[in-house]
Amino acid sequence: MISAATDTLVPRVPVGDWIETAIDWVTDTFDPLFDAIKTFFESIYDSLDWVLSTPPFFVVAIVLAAIAFWAKGWKLAVGSLVGFVLIAAMDQWDNAMDSLALVLLASVVALLIGIPLGIWSARNEHVSRIVRPILDFMQTMPAFVYLIPTVVIFLTGPVPGIIATIVFALAPGVRFTELGIRQVDSEVVEAGRAFGSTDRRILRQIQIPLAMPTIMAGVNQVIMLALSMVVISGMVGAGGLGGDVVGALSSVDIALGFEAGLAVVFLAIYLDRVTSALADRSPVAKALKAAR
Amino acid sequence: MTGDSSTTTTPAETTAVTPAVSVRGVYKVFGPKPGEAVRRLEAGASRDEVKSLGTAAVIDATFDVAPGEIFVVMGLSGSGKSTLIRMLNGLWTPSAGDVLLGDANLATVDGKRLRELRRSRVSMVFQHFALLPHRTVLDNAAYPLEIQGVGKAERQEKAQQALDMVGLSGWQDSLPSQLSGGMRQRVGLARALAADTDVLLMDEAFSALDPLIRSEMQEQLLELQEKLGKTIIFITHDLNEAMHLGDRIAVMRDGRIVQIGTAEQILSDPANSYVEKFVADVDRSRVLTASSVMQRPRLTVPAGGGPRQAAREMREAEVSGAFAVDRRRVLKGLVRADDAVRATKEGVEKLEGLIDADVTSVHQDTPIAELFAPAAESAVPLAVVDDEGRLVGVVPRVTLLEAMAGEAVENGNVSTPEKTLQEAQLRPTDDEATGTTEGATA
Ligand SMILES: Nc1ncnc2c1ncn2[C@@H]1O[C@H](COP(=O)(O)OP(=O)(O)OP(=O)(O)O)[C@@H](O)[C@H]1O
Ligand SMILES: [Mg+2]
Repeated sequence: MISAATDTLVPRVPVGDWIETAIDWVTDTFDPLFDAIKTFFESIYDSLDWVLSTPPFFVVAIVLAAIAFWAKGWKLAVGSLVGFVLIAAMDQWDNAMDSLALVLLASVVALLIGIPLGIWSARNEHVSRIVRPILDFMQTMPAFVYLIPTVVIFLTGPVPGIIATIVFALAPGVRFTELGIRQVDSEVVEAGRAFGSTDRRILRQIQIPLAMPTIMAGVNQVIMLALSMVVISGMVGAGGLGGDVVGALSSVDIALGFEAGLAVVFLAIYLDRVTSALADRSPVAKALKAAR
Repeated sequence: MTGDSSTTTTPAETTAVTPAVSVRGVYKVFGPKPGEAVRRLEAGASRDEVKSLGTAAVIDATFDVAPGEIFVVMGLSGSGKSTLIRMLNGLWTPSAGDVLLGDANLATVDGKRLRELRRSRVSMVFQHFALLPHRTVLDNAAYPLEIQGVGKAERQEKAQQALDMVGLSGWQDSLPSQLSGGMRQRVGLARALAADTDVLLMDEAFSALDPLIRSEMQEQLLELQEKLGKTIIFITHDLNEAMHLGDRIAVMRDGRIVQIGTAEQILSDPANSYVEKFVADVDRSRVLTASSVMQRPRLTVPAGGGPRQAAREMREAEVSGAFAVDRRRVLKGLVRADDAVRATKEGVEKLEGLIDADVTSVHQDTPIAELFAPAAESAVPLAVVDDEGRLVGVVPRVTLLEAMAGEAVENGNVSTPEKTLQEAQLRPTDDEATGTTEGATA
């Protein structure tokens, strides 16, 4: 370890060592738990990947294009189809599906944690005050730092990539949900209370529907962050497009690097457009659009 | 106005029957130490002296509201009106004192009982309507019934009845965003009526509406109240509205109720200089402005249109002329029917050349006393415009005369000229709200 490179006035505080010790301890102590988590994520990831990778390319591409059609319209559907054909033509289809499975799984888990946490923070000042700095920390930490402990705990393969991606992509899910719920017109919430509604019902019938456009913007952000983590998790052998990008980097293979990179871009555009179209389909967003 | 004419202001004497709502020594302090603040206020400290302990929003409020009464709470911004009304349905809990709704004390009931009371006893209409944007008008009106656990068919039927009552038949499937401000507030009113509670709280319910719609809503409220006999607590910062609606009026200042009485009592015998100053605003020539006497124009024609269309519309509306406005409703001038017909025959395509820009227009805040000179010079109704020159109404000469006649006869009583004006106004149609102009006073 490189030490004392700076000033002798300031004693070296071995923060890194402490964290390492702590993580070692955690790894040893909770080994069965981590094993269980690993098996759990691995099996879900494998089944999701199986669903996406087993059918012939064109079947999956058409289903994805159909989703785009339903969410937005035929233009997006045709555009996505062209993108998918290009991915396949670059021989990146299997990688793309591996990555898509990883992104979807990580995003869903991040949202399952993030949205309830956001709701809780919006309703409870104490929770909000605790959660906010943690999110700041999570967002400012360089992304691949998360890989180190997850690799220590979960070794290589898709799981450390998934866990690191969940942590990295969690923040906007929480933030947008909290923001969306806090932004709901207080008079409308008051109306709910004034007519004798319970808090839970106000949440379900008023706050969540009215916050939905903002929450959906958070969903979009979560997915985009998860996708941006794909390449980084390639470093720990998560496979997929990230694996090829990292491989291309180490062997200076420009062609392969660009092909995998372009596939990431197409996937990103697809996921972005579809999720932002979904935001416009929430009842509140539609209702507001119905105004002349 | 139905308030009694005795000069007493004590609630006990004006309301012989069991009050619908009874407020007894209520305080509300927002801040870290409400209890301490209340003790000091009770000992005679002023609102400013307890500043460090919190904001004393309501100080020692005591009044009764009789069943079927319209009780208006009036005061400047920040005087505590909203805080007070929100204690009447438990949205805020008093820092001290009792709020009795029938035999239930809202200051002490638990959450469950409070929700029951809100479902069965008291409903509310909000300043900015507070509708659910993603629900249809019908489902919005049915919302309280849904909370009450009424079955779908029954609640929709009741909600429809409430909508019919406020004149929104046929709009039940629209979304709130498709309605004008006045119509949205009618949905708010229908929702409160559908709840079928005997107490109705209205916090500046008409303040966000433009003057024409606003006075129509006031009329409608009075009609409904006559029919349904609700107990209404109405908040406003507009003295004219207070005088027009209230059986009794409570004037608030800095958290305290400084006077309670009928409009007559408050006008003729203001409790202190604050009320007096408030009342001075009712001076008719100052209160009655162009916006309070104007009518909706019978017809406007688009300045960018053609003479053929203008001529046809004028013939259908049976008018000999119409004001031409651009897309933003900015007044461009007057088009005469004769000219439009002639131009149509001559094959002129554009209306522009026919617009007589030399029309007399007045700002909506012009006192009516200053309308006589321009009205005398002008053969056509005066055009009333807002700050941006948009046409908001017209004042025909006959309206002006009627308004002044009312004032001359009933010098010293506001209610009569008001009524004359209300009757003189054409029923405005609901096709749009022309901006949200606040009332003239407050
Ligand atoms: N939730 C709150 N927390 C702290 N202070 C508050 C709160 N609500 C109101 N206040 C304060 O209480 C005082 C009275 O407010 P309130 O809203 O009752 O006045 P108002 O008469 O309704 O005024 P307006 O005409 O502007 O609606 C104000 O000084 C306000 O700042
Ligand atoms: Mg208020």
